[in-house]
Amino acid sequence: MDNSSLAAIWLTCKLATLTTALLLLVGTPIAWWLANTRSRLKGAVGAVVALPLVLPPTVLGFYLLLALGPHGFIGQAMDALGLQRLPFTFAGLVVASVLYSMPFVVQPIQNAFEAIGKRPMEVAASLRASPWDAFFSVALPLARPGFVTAATLGFAHTVGEFGVVLMMGGNIPGKTQVLSVKIFDYVENANYTQAHWLAGGMVLFSFAVLLLLYGRRKQAGWSR
Amino acid sequence: MEAHFCIGWPGFTLDAALSLPEKGITALFGPSGSGKTTLLRCMAGLERSQAGFLSVAGEVWQDERRGIFLPVHKRPLGLVFQEASLFPHLSVQENLRYGMKRAGNGRGEGFEAMLDLLSIRALLKRAPDSLSGGERQRVAIARALLTRPRLLLMDEPLAALDMKRKLEILPYLEKLHDELSIPVIYISHSLDEVARLADHIALIENGRITVTGSLADILSRPGLAAAFADEAGAILETTMAGREPDGLVRLAFSGGSLLIAGVGHEAGKRLRCRIHASDVSLALSAHADTSILNCLPATVVAIEEAPTPGHALAQLRLMDGETLLLARITERSRRALNITPGLKLIAQVKSVAILR
Repeated sequence: MDNSSLAAIWLTCKLATLTTALLLLVGTPIAWWLANTRSRLKGAVGAVVALPLVLPPTVLGFYLLLALGPHGFIGQAMDALGLQRLPFTFAGLVVASVLYSMPFVVQPIQNAFEAIGKRPMEVAASLRASPWDAFFSVALPLARPGFVTAATLGFAHTVGEFGVVLMMGGNIPGKTQVLSVKIFDYVENANYTQAHWLAGGMVLFSFAVLLLLYGRRKQAGWSR
Repeated sequence: MEAHFCIGWPGFTLDAALSLPEKGITALFGPSGSGKTTLLRCMAGLERSQAGFLSVAGEVWQDERRGIFLPVHKRPLGLVFQEASLFPHLSVQENLRYGMKRAGNGRGEGFEAMLDLLSIRALLKRAPDSLSGGERQRVAIARALLTRPRLLLMDEPLAALDMKRKLEILPYLEKLHDELSIPVIYISHSLDEVARLADHIALIENGRITVTGSLADILSRPGLAAAFADEAGAILETTMAGREPDGLVRLAFSGGSLLIAGVGHEAGKRLRCRIHASDVSLALSAHADTSILNCLPATVVAIEEAPTPGHALAQLRLMDGETLLLARITERSRRALNITPGLKLIAQVKSVAILR
């Protein structure tokens, strides 16, 4: 395996880790809201979160590129604030990945919160726990299996993305050139040996992750 | 304590007012769908009603007219649900400490005594999943009480248990009854449980409290018998007076005494008994030639149609002027003996159930 491959692997790991961490932070409140709200907006928000499941990654990447680019409203806002524009940067990749992997993180957490139900939170309140206290001392520990699933899927899905990265980040070695794009590069240049290394590694990695996930049968549930 | 809650959603309206003594167990009794649980949830602060008022021991927890609403976690109450709702990720001990710590009882006042009272000392290190249903419910009760609540709300705490577990946990609840000096609201649709545990009873129907009063009074009112169906009957607080040479036991109460087949209690022990209306028959004069041991002189207070067809329920007052009995007789006997209020007669008690 050559150095540029290793650089791509390192970059991919960095991107996936950062994305997963951000998603757990952003996705948990969204999942909590979706699991508990009676708002009429629930359907709409749920649908927006789930959009990346059905949209071609190129569509998401295309609009992100427009919005974040020099003529986009976010891009112009960032210009006004003196910030660097996001397209073709690592930060841009992170933003795109967070949006793109959102449903894979939000949905398992939302399901876990819904499975817990309201009762444990009511019990905690009756034992004088404030809502925040109850969230951290009861809801989070009980939803742990959901968080493990969410983190695993979020990480794996980010590792596996291609279209959004290509649209948003281009193919800059060491900066935005992640594994999937690197493989594409190798194949285009007919460097099948290097492509095999990376592609085969990806197959093994993905299988191992899913095996871990589905093999983890014991789901701690709420005792009745 | 005073409570009044109005809450409504399509197809159901709760408009319930309750005024209860500051001590003792009040059973909230009514058919399913009558609003028992909703009322309890309102008191706990788990449901917010448009109009609500709750004061406990003179302290106002909720008064919507004045914009007062203490959220659940600020109300010093204990809540015991139907299914034992222990936190599965915590051990028994951690479950107990969860509430203690947050209720400002970090030093564990009463902790040791509670372990003994509910016999859960041996369970401390166990996980909730490894406990039996009865054990879990005992831990849940201890957990609620260790927060030193000023009001204990119990929503059918035994309903999810089988008969064996119920019988195992009832003695603990009875012990609690003697130890607690706070009002307890106990939802149940089992009259047996209610008769064993409660001091007061509040009947609820279609979201309204129809009547409240002492257990003995309410259970022996013929007009309310419909709520209890076949289980109508009187409650008697008796004292074990002594053992007869033939093994029978004499239970004394203010209106006389009852002889029953041996129970293993020492003299002086207080026993709560229940006499089903269907176990009481009436005679106009005392008979010496009857196999029935317990014949008590009584006066008819009221007589009404019974919920069971062809029957009437007679409310009787014994000679002490306060003890009430309920007798179920057929309409034919009522006519044949011409039983009307004011008539003096003999109540023949066929059997007596010891509740506790």
